[in-house]
Amino acid sequence: MKQPAPIHLRLGLALVGMVTFVALLALVWTPYDVTLLEISAKFRPPSPENWLGTDQLGRDVLSLLMAGSVNSLAVAFASVGIGGSIGTALGLLASAKGGWVETTLMRLTDLGFAFPALLFAILLAAAFGPSLSNAIFAIAFINIPIFVRVARSAANQIWTRDFLRAGQAAGQTKWRLTLDHILPNIAAVLIVQATIEFAVAILAEAALSYLGLGAQPPLASWGRMLSQAQTLMYLAPQLAIYPGLCIIITVLGFGLLGDGLRDMTDPRLRQNRRPQSRRRQARP
Amino acid sequence: MIQTKTLTVQIGAAQALRDISLSVSPGQRLGIVGESGSGKSMLGLALMGMLPQEAALLGQITIQGRDMTGANDAAWRALRARQIAMIFQEPMAALNPLRRVGDTVMDPLRQHLGLSQEQALNRAIALFDETGIQDPQAKIAAYPHSLSGGQRQRVLIALALACNPKLLIADEPTTALDAHVARRITDLLVRLSRNRGMALMFISHDLAAVARTVDDLAVMYGGEIVEAGPVAALLSTPRHPYTQGLLAARPPLEPGHLRRRLPVIPGTVPGLADLPPGCRFAGRCPVELPICATTRPPKTQLKNSHTAACHRLTTGTP
Repeated sequence: MKQPAPIHLRLGLALVGMVTFVALLALVWTPYDVTLLEISAKFRPPSPENWLGTDQLGRDVLSLLMAGSVNSLAVAFASVGIGGSIGTALGLLASAKGGWVETTLMRLTDLGFAFPALLFAILLAAAFGPSLSNAIFAIAFINIPIFVRVARSAANQIWTRDFLRAGQAAGQTKWRLTLDHILPNIAAVLIVQATIEFAVAILAEAALSYLGLGAQPPLASWGRMLSQAQTLMYLAPQLAIYPGLCIIITVLGFGLLGDGLRDMTDPRLRQNRRPQSRRRQARP
Repeated sequence: MIQTKTLTVQIGAAQALRDISLSVSPGQRLGIVGESGSGKSMLGLALMGMLPQEAALLGQITIQGRDMTGANDAAWRALRARQIAMIFQEPMAALNPLRRVGDTVMDPLRQHLGLSQEQALNRAIALFDETGIQDPQAKIAAYPHSLSGGQRQRVLIALALACNPKLLIADEPTTALDAHVARRITDLLVRLSRNRGMALMFISHDLAAVARTVDDLAVMYGGEIVEAGPVAALLSTPRHPYTQGLLAARPPLEPGHLRRRLPVIPGTVPGLADLPPGCRFAGRCPVELPICATTRPPKTQLKNSHTAACHRLTTGTP
C-alpha cells in the first residue's frame, strides 16, 4: 500500500463528515415529512420541489434518504458502542487475569467468530420478531469477539511495559492499572477498530433491513428502500440506485477513515509516509 | 526487617535463584552486584512478590516479621509502596507516556493513604522537592516526554517514596543515565536513606556506583550469592575468585594503564538451564579444584560478617 495516507484519511473524513452532517440535519429538518403519503404524486422525476423525485408512494426521496442516514448511523453507533464496550471490557479482563480466565474467554471468542452474523440476526428475529433493536443486538453481538481480540492483544503488549511494573510496585491493583494505564494506551487501537466496524455495521444494518429483519415501517432505512425498489427495478431504477449510493458513500467513508487512522497510529506505516510527504512538498 | 532463607526461584527446569539467604535491617544500605543474568533483578522482584506467573518460589521470605511464603497477591499488595518500594532501570519506560507525572505520583497517595486531591497534590509537590526536582509546582503537570532521564528517575523515586516505605529496592537505577546524572541519583538515594532511616537495596553491575552508595555488598553469580560482607572488606580482601575477577576487571584510571589489556573473566555466564551441578562458577574459575565441578561449596564465615562460598576457603588453599 503505497498510497499516501493523508489523502484517504482526508477523503474518509470528508465523506463521514458529510453523512454525519446530513443525519444531524435530518434530525431537525427534512424537506418533506417521510411519513406523508401522496399516491397521486408517485414516481415524479427530479424537480425543484423534489430534488431527487418521489417514490412509488409519492414520498420525497431526498427526505427518505436523509431520514435513512439517521437510522444507519444510529444503528451503527448503538451496535458498535454496545458490542465494543462489552468486547473491550472482556478483552481487558482476559488480559489482566490471564490463566484459565483468558483461555476460556479467548476460546469463547473463537466460538463467537464461528457464528454467522446474519444467521444470528435471523435467529433473533425468529425468536423475538423482527425489529430494529433486535438488529442492533445482533450487530452488537458480532462486534463483541472482534473487540475482545483487539483489546486483549493490545493490552497484553502494554502489560509488558515498565510503567505497569512501576504501577504494580506502587501497590496498584490490576483493576486500577487497567483503567489508569492500559485503557488510555490502547484507546487509539480501539478507535481505529470502531471506525472500521462502523462501516461493517452500516452494511449489516442495510442487509438486515433489506431482508425485513431491521427497521420496520414507517422508519426510513436505506436497506428497506433497496428491497422495495427491487420490484420496481425496471420501472424506476433510480429508487434502487440512490440508497445504494448512500450506502457505498457511507461505508467507503468510514472504511477510508478507519484505514487512515490506523496508518496514523501505526509507527511502521508512519515512517513510510514521511519521505513521501516531503517529496510532495518539494514538487511545486 | 526483611529476611530470606534458602530462597529459590524455579522457572520451569531452570533455577533463577538458588538458596539465597540474606537479611536487610532498618536503615541498612545493601548492594547487590553481578553480571547480567546473575539473578539480581529476579531477587528484587521476588522481594516485591512480583515474580512472573510461571515462577515457583521456594524457601522463606519474612517481611516485618510476617512470613510471605505463599502469600497471595492481595497480601503482597498491602506491603508494596507502604513497606517496600521499587524503582527500575529504565526511567524512560517506567512512566506512562499518557499521564501527567503528578497524577502518577498521586495515585498511591490517594489510594493507600486516602488523601484528598488537594492533600495528595501538596504531598506530591513536597516529594518532588525532596527528590530534588526543580520547580516542582510546574513539573507536577508535566508529561514524561518533556522531562529528562534524570528528572524522570527522580519522579520515579518520588513515586516510590510516596507511602514512606521502609525499604527501597533500586534495580539498576542509574544504568540508563549518563555518569554525571547517575552520580547525583546515587547521592540522592544515600541522602534519602539517611534522612528517612529507610533501608536501601541497590542492585547494579556498576561496582564504583555501588561502592559509594552502600554499606554492605552481596555478589551474585548464576542465581547464588557467592560472597557477601561489608563493602570495605569485600573491596580490599575479596575471597571468592569471582569477586576477585570482577574487581580486577575494573578499568584503572591511571594513564599508563590504558595501554595495558584489561583482565577479563573468561567465558560467559552460563544459561540458567545448564548451570553446572557443583559450584556455578566452575568452568570459568581460574583456581578451580577437581571438587568444584561436582560439589557445591559451603558458605564459609570469614572475618566479621564477611562470608564466601568457595572450596578454596575450606580446603585451606586460598
